[in-house]
Amino acid sequence: MTEPVLSVRDLRVEFDSRRGTLRAIDGVSFEIARGEVLGVVGESGAGKSVTGAAVIGLIDPPGRIAGGEIKLSGRRIDDLPPEELRRIRGKRIGVIFQDPLTSLNPLYRIGDQLTETIRTHLPLSPSAARQRAIDLLAEVGIPAPEKRIDAYPHEFSGGMRQRVVIALAICAEPELIIADEPTTALDVSVQAQIIALIKRLGRDHGTAVMLVTHDMGVIAETCDRVAVMYSGRIAEIGPVRDVVQEPLHPYAKGLMGAIPTLAGDAPRLAQIPGAMPRLSAIPPGCAFHPRCDYAFGRCRIERPEPLQHGTQQVACHLFDAHSTEHAA
Amino acid sequence: MLAFTLRRVLQAIGVMIVVGALSFTMFRFAGDPISQIVSQDASSAERAEIRKSLGLDDPVLVQFGRYFINAARFDFGMSYRFREPVAKLLLERMPATLELATCATVLAMTLGILLGVYTALRRNSFLATLLSAVSLIGISLPTFLIGILLIYLFAVVLGWLPSYGRGDTVRLGWWTTGLLTTSGLKSLIMPSITLGLFQMTLIMRLVRAEMLEVLRTDYIRFARARGLTTRAIHFGHALKNTLVPVITVAGLQFGSVIAFAIITETVFQWPGMGLLFVQAVQNVDIPIMAAYLLVVSLIFVTINLIVDILYTLVDPRLHAGAARRT
Repeated sequence: MTEPVLSVRDLRVEFDSRRGTLRAIDGVSFEIARGEVLGVVGESGAGKSVTGAAVIGLIDPPGRIAGGEIKLSGRRIDDLPPEELRRIRGKRIGVIFQDPLTSLNPLYRIGDQLTETIRTHLPLSPSAARQRAIDLLAEVGIPAPEKRIDAYPHEFSGGMRQRVVIALAICAEPELIIADEPTTALDVSVQAQIIALIKRLGRDHGTAVMLVTHDMGVIAETCDRVAVMYSGRIAEIGPVRDVVQEPLHPYAKGLMGAIPTLAGDAPRLAQIPGAMPRLSAIPPGCAFHPRCDYAFGRCRIERPEPLQHGTQQVACHLFDAHSTEHAA
Repeated sequence: MLAFTLRRVLQAIGVMIVVGALSFTMFRFAGDPISQIVSQDASSAERAEIRKSLGLDDPVLVQFGRYFINAARFDFGMSYRFREPVAKLLLERMPATLELATCATVLAMTLGILLGVYTALRRNSFLATLLSAVSLIGISLPTFLIGILLIYLFAVVLGWLPSYGRGDTVRLGWWTTGLLTTSGLKSLIMPSITLGLFQMTLIMRLVRAEMLEVLRTDYIRFARARGLTTRAIHFGHALKNTLVPVITVAGLQFGSVIAFAIITETVFQWPGMGLLFVQAVQNVDIPIMAAYLLVVSLIFVTINLIVDILYTLVDPRLHAGAARRT
C-alpha cells in the first residue's frame, strides 16, 4: 500500500483557559489517501475545524497541539519550526475557508492575491505567475479570466469568490486540500457547483481532500470515506456508503436519522435528545452516553476505543460487547 | 469620480460661505476697534473721521457685501494695528506655520504608524506595554506644559536648542523657509515635538487598535493559510487595511495641528499665523481675526476634500460606490 497523503495519529489539541486545560481534540486518528475525499462531519464544536487547523499548524493561541503526530506524505510536520510550516501551507496543503466574502482581502485585486501566493511558493516571473493565475481562474470556472483577474473581490458574487478562494488554494498544486465548510455560506444552487468543482479538482490532480462540513447531503454526494466526530473524538469512520446506510455508532445513527428524505414518508425527523457537552464538562466514559438510548453501565465508566467492525471503525462498547459475546 | 469630486468641491464652497458669514458677524461684537486705534484724548470728530475712512459707518449689509467680495479676492482689508494689508501679514506668517505643522504631522505619522504597528504585533512585550502607557501621558498632558518642560530641559538646563523664534530663514520667492539653515532646523525641533506629540500618540493608539482588529479577520487567517510570509501579511495585507481610518484621522488632525499651533507658537514665540492671531485678539484687530478664521477654515475644508478623494484611492469599494451613485 502506498503512503497516505495525510496521516494523523492520536492527535490531541488543548486550550489553556483560566478554568484549566480544555481538550478540544482527544486522540483523533485517520488517514487520507491520494485522490481520496474524506468527509468530516459532526455538530458545531465537535472539533472538525480544529482538526483542520491543527493539520496546517494554524491553531490560534491559547490552543496548542498537545500530543500525537501529523504526517504529510510520510514526513512528520506537526513538529516543524513555524517558518518551514509556512512553506508547506499554500504549497503542499491548500486551504478553503467557510466564508468567501471575508476570505479575500478587499483592498487587493484578485490577480494580485493570486500572483502573490504563486510567487511565494513557486519560482516564477511576474508575467508567468500572472499567466498561471489566469489559467487557474479558467480552471475553477471563472468566465473571461483575463479580464476578471484585475477585478476586486467585491465585484464578484459569493459563488464566484469561493471559486477564487479555491484557485488560491490549488495555485501551487497541493497534495492535500482542507476545505472547511466550503459551501455553508453559499446559496443551495451554488453549493452543488462548488462541491462538483472540488470533487473534479481532486480527481484531476489526484489531490487528497479533507472536507469538513455538517451537511450530510454534501458528504453523501462527495466523499469516499467519512469520519463522524463527537466531542473531540471520532465516533465512527468508514466508507461513506456503509456509514450512511448502516451507521453503527448510536450517534451516527441519530445523525443519519435526522436527514430529511424527499419521499417524506417519515412524519417527523428523528432527533437526538440533549446537546453535545461543553468542553469543560465532558462526562467520564463515553462522551455520548447521557444522550444515548443504548447506554449501559460500562459506558459511564470506561471510554470506548475505536474498533474495526467490517469496513468501519467505531468507538462504542456495544460492538465490543458483541465481539466478546461472539468470542465466548 | 469627477462628479463625486465636483460635488465635494461645491459642498466645500458652501461651508466657506457659512464660515465667512459667521466670522463677519462674530467680530461685530468684539468691541469697538476705533478706541484701540486712536489715543484716549482723540475728539469725537477725529473718531468719526477714522470710522469713515475704514468704512465702519456704512450699513451692516454693505459692509458684509464688501467684506465678502474682497475676501474672495484674498483682500482682507487693512490691519487696524499694523496699518498694513492683512493678506500681506498673513502671507508673511503662513510659511512659518505651515512648515511647523507639516513637520509635526510628518513626525506624528511616521512615529505613530511605526510604534502603532510595533505595539500591535508585540503586544505582550515589555516595551509595547511601556509605550502604550507613555502614550496615555502624551494624550493627557496639555501642549503648553510639554512645551515649557522641553524649553526648561533642552534650552535652559542643557542649552542645546534655542528656546524661542524660528532661527535664520532663507527667502524662496514669497516663501521663507527655516529648513535650509542649521539654526532654523534646530529651532524647529522642539515646537514640532510639542505640536506633534498629541497626534503621534493618537495615531499610534489608532493604528494599534485597527491593526489588532484587522489581524483577527478571516482574510488575514486565509493569507496565513496561503503560506504568505509574516512580513507580507503584516506590512502588506494588514497595514493597508488599517490605513483608511488612519488617513481620515491624520488628515483631520492636520487641521487641528494648525489650530493647536496657536498655543505652541505662543509658547515658543514662533512667528506664525497663530501668534499673529493671539496678538490680534489682544489688540481687537478685527480684520486679522476674521481673515485668520477664514484661512484656517479654508485649510480645514481643503484637507477634508483631499482626504475624501484619497479614500477612494486606497479603498476601491468606495470608488465603486461613488461611481454607482452618480
